[in-house]
Amino acid sequence: MSAPDYDPKQVSLLDAAQLTAARDAGLAAFSAATSLDLLALARTAHLGGSAHVALANREIGVLPPAAKGDAGKRVNEVRKALDLAFEERKAVLEGERDARVLVEERVDVSLVPGAVLQGARHPLTTIQERIADVFVAMGWEVAEGPEVEHEWFNFDALNMPADHPAREMQDTLWLAPEGSQVVLRTQTSPVQIRSLLARGLPCYVVAPGRVFRNDALDATHSPVFGQVEGLCVDEGITMAHLRGTLEAYAAAMFGTHLASRLRPSYFPFTEPSAELDITCFACLGVGECRVCSSEGWIEVGGCGMVNPAVLVACGVDPERYSGFAFGMGLDRTLMFRHGITDIRDLYEGDQRFTRAFGTEA
Amino acid sequence: MRVPLSWLRTFVPDLTAPASEVATALIRAGLEVEQVLRYGDDVTDVVVGRVLDVEVLAGFKKPIRFCHVDVGARVHEVVCGATNFGPGDLVPFALPGASLPGGFAIATRQTYGRTSDGMICSEAELGLAESSPGILVLPQGSALGVDVVALLGLLDEVLDIAVTPDRGYTLSVRGVAREVATAFGVGFDDPGLRPFARAGGGHPVVLPDPGCDHYVACTLTGFDPMTPSPAWLKRRLVLAGMRPISLAVDVTNHVMLELGQPLHAFDLATLRGPVVVRRAREGERLTTLDGHDRMLHPDDLLITDDSGPLALAGVMGGASTEISDATTSLLLESAHFEASSVTRTARRHRLPSEASKRFERGVDTDLAAAAAAAAVALLVELGGAVPGPVTDVDQRPSRVRLRLPVTRPGQVAGRAYDPAVVSKRLVDVGCTVSAHGDGDGVLLVTPPGWRPDLTGAAELVEEVIRLEGYDTVPVALPLAPAGRGLTEPQRRRRTASRSLSASGLVEVVTPPFVAESLLETLGYSHLAAPRLLNPLSETEALLRPSLVPGLLTALLRNVGRGLTDVSLFETGAVFRGSGIPVPEVPKTSQRPSDEQLAGLDAALPAQPRHVGVVLAGRRAGRAAEVGDAVEVCMALAASLGLTLTVGRTQDAPLHPGRAAALMLDDTPVGTAGELHPRVVAALGLPARTLVAEVDLDVLVLAATARGPVAAPVVSSYPPSSVDVALVVDDAVLAGDVERSLRAGAGELLEALALFDVFTGPQVGPGRRSLAYALRFRAPDRTLTDGEVLAARDVAVARAGADHGAVLRGA
Repeated sequence: MSAPDYDPKQVSLLDAAQLTAARDAGLAAFSAATSLDLLALARTAHLGGSAHVALANREIGVLPPAAKGDAGKRVNEVRKALDLAFEERKAVLEGERDARVLVEERVDVSLVPGAVLQGARHPLTTIQERIADVFVAMGWEVAEGPEVEHEWFNFDALNMPADHPAREMQDTLWLAPEGSQVVLRTQTSPVQIRSLLARGLPCYVVAPGRVFRNDALDATHSPVFGQVEGLCVDEGITMAHLRGTLEAYAAAMFGTHLASRLRPSYFPFTEPSAELDITCFACLGVGECRVCSSEGWIEVGGCGMVNPAVLVACGVDPERYSGFAFGMGLDRTLMFRHGITDIRDLYEGDQRFTRAFGTEA
Repeated sequence: MRVPLSWLRTFVPDLTAPASEVATALIRAGLEVEQVLRYGDDVTDVVVGRVLDVEVLAGFKKPIRFCHVDVGARVHEVVCGATNFGPGDLVPFALPGASLPGGFAIATRQTYGRTSDGMICSEAELGLAESSPGILVLPQGSALGVDVVALLGLLDEVLDIAVTPDRGYTLSVRGVAREVATAFGVGFDDPGLRPFARAGGGHPVVLPDPGCDHYVACTLTGFDPMTPSPAWLKRRLVLAGMRPISLAVDVTNHVMLELGQPLHAFDLATLRGPVVVRRAREGERLTTLDGHDRMLHPDDLLITDDSGPLALAGVMGGASTEISDATTSLLLESAHFEASSVTRTARRHRLPSEASKRFERGVDTDLAAAAAAAAVALLVELGGAVPGPVTDVDQRPSRVRLRLPVTRPGQVAGRAYDPAVVSKRLVDVGCTVSAHGDGDGVLLVTPPGWRPDLTGAAELVEEVIRLEGYDTVPVALPLAPAGRGLTEPQRRRRTASRSLSASGLVEVVTPPFVAESLLETLGYSHLAAPRLLNPLSETEALLRPSLVPGLLTALLRNVGRGLTDVSLFETGAVFRGSGIPVPEVPKTSQRPSDEQLAGLDAALPAQPRHVGVVLAGRRAGRAAEVGDAVEVCMALAASLGLTLTVGRTQDAPLHPGRAAALMLDDTPVGTAGELHPRVVAALGLPARTLVAEVDLDVLVLAATARGPVAAPVVSSYPPSSVDVALVVDDAVLAGDVERSLRAGAGELLEALALFDVFTGPQVGPGRRSLAYALRFRAPDRTLTDGEVLAARDVAVARAGADHGAVLRGA
């Protein structure tokens, strides 16, 4: 073995002991760094361009080829160990920093901006949509008519000629001047006439809307109230179909736990005529009850088989076609569904009242 | 109609059911029994007593008497203030511990220095009359100590029935009794069919008008006008809800209540010449029994004599022939008047009476003579009258016979009825039924005189189904043809409604009546609000031509209840202008022609559907401002796929500097803005109240006309953004500048947003700087800087040309 052809002193940086010492110094410096800034300084000192490992690495070139492998390996091991230690320490310090920042950024999450409050649609609007949907699902369509109506539609065509006492049953609001022939519709029934005139047969329509009576406003009466009209005219329609349709309606509106009954009554435009009663929701038909005056039943609307005179007035052959019609009070239905005890709540416009119905769909 | 059960039982003797069951059965048969009233069970421990002696106590302001009353078991001392009785009289005596109507309890007490150990009762105190002048003196012969409730038949139940227009016959005990007998399947003793003697040659009667086709006039003489009505008669009237007046009047009312035939008694001595039933002549007047002097209408049907009008036929008698305390000779009228004529007269003179109520619904055409006979018999029996000759002028048309296929009721009900059942039910209601000659299954049905409502097969069918019970009708669903669902406008209106609530607004439904003064305050007088002929309140006599008045009223109510931040909307019809009445309302015997139908619609005012909004107080954490009202409307339009443009308006009731005109394609569709300070002050509204109103019909129509959405081209090429700051005069609307920028920027503009508004010395007085961010993108390529800057320059140039905008710093 010949003497080395380089100056061992010159390459002392590659000395194993020195490298180990440099490594240990670096590891100690990294673990001693208490902040990312100090860690960065330590990195410059121990892994930077003028750090021991960097300088040692540069010396490898002067070694004879046979020694290069060994020395390189030694330097690399040290560098790897230092890199690893640095990254580990950095991760620790970053984690500590992040935790500190997140703590500093804490806010009161219960403070929500006072933005726009939720609005709400009126229960009379949503119930009209609900009813329309029930009938549309059965194949019916939704018809409409004007609120200010000609007496011919509101009365004459509904088998109520000028002197008919039934005109007195409903306190009618007339438009001025005398002889205007125009009324605020007292019922949604004129929509029956408009539907029969405008649509072909068969005719299956519902018409929700507002109607008007010359009634003073109190807890149970309003001069303006909601009604839904139904009309079915086809071949072979019987009173059994009326009962079936009203039962479907009652089940959709009030649930299947309440019974319904048809009670004979009188309307000029139906024959036979009936009132639809529902078991009182409050007492379920038993006992002393303020809601139903202990009658056990609550009246929700009128109905019957379309009077042939009405069909004739609309140009429909009553020998071939028959039909039924009904008109249900929406206000009472709402009072029912929601336990509203004073009808004025529906028309006074107190936004606290309506807002509660914003979730009705 | 109030029907005492005791009275009803006289015609249905086999009825044993209690009142509650009778009520249920009648309801099932279609009579609206509203309540069952109980009488007499609030009176206990009142017995028959004999007055033994009477001592008048001196020294008091009113007569006070101290009596001993023997009730059999013992003698009571009692103090009494009445003077219409004396020793030996039998009186109702309330024992200590007794109770009287109204929860009035009797106890022994000290009064006027004596012990009063009970009470001597008047009719009023027993609930027999509304008032009574003195003590009720009972007829001699009653045993002492007998319960007065039982003795006087005070215990009774009364059915209170609301009578529908088709069932005039139930405005009588007789008519209700028929229904009860049918419902319980028991015998009915029809008081309308009792035999009576006919006479002739009475007071002359002439019937020149078809409005009266039957007139029976009975002469009675020797009547004692001072005879009081017996207790049973008064009791029946009181229970039926009528006030006893005098024997003659009470008898006519009793017969009317019992049979349903209104009667009228004239003082015979006041009549001059024959009774003529005719229409009024021009200028004729009549003072009716209620003391009103009435100008008569040529359509009014009258009872007249040589002196002129005596009575409004079937409605009310006249003062000149009214029976008085001195009347000893009567002419009793029992007649049949045309329903529609009576209806018109009663309505014209605003004079609904017990008589008109019955004639309007139709009185039994066969009843006049029988009812007259019944009344005469009572007047003879109770009033000592002597029956005189009777005139019976009968010009009734012959009865119509109806044809009813026997299977028709089953076809209507959706079930089969036995032919025998059909016939039986028709007989039950009083029809005469026979089979059509050739055995074709057709029944020939003659309705009874008391059922003028039975005019065709449909009405007969109802009687069969009703009496068999609606609960026996089966249940089936009709099979509707495939429907088309909601129409597009209907769906879009739902969308609009949801958009408004999504904007934080709360929906209200307000009455459509509005005061003229409010419309004047709001400057809406030009909107031609229709006027009501008979408004609920004279102060709110107009129909709303705008939703704003109702919303402001609702706002005030909310504010009055302590709410400060209020956001409301309403959707509904408004009413404007007036139509032209048609010369003749179409007949209903056939379909009107299209021209006639167009004429009917032309008689109506315009009634477009509007959306109205009111905002007050804070919104989104700050005071609500004009932009909020505008934004709500823009959002509404956007929900329908429409873009509104905003201009200025000077329209009332808005603040001229804070009012926006909302336009769709340059057509005004509404306004939004702050209310004029003068309006706010006049109505006491919160400061800076905002309102908006939009024509929803126009928006929905425009939305519907657009058809299905055309899919956008979504470019994946990168956008290029550029900002511009433009300086314009204060008066220029940012919305107008934006529109010009958009127009100028052209197709490549993808988005534009105002991000800064700046005023200050840098931009000069009366000017402001508007900074916009423009984002450009092409569908098919990456834009070059040159393209973007060119588009920007055109946009700026357009804003400059339209509004004098200059690039800031340029």
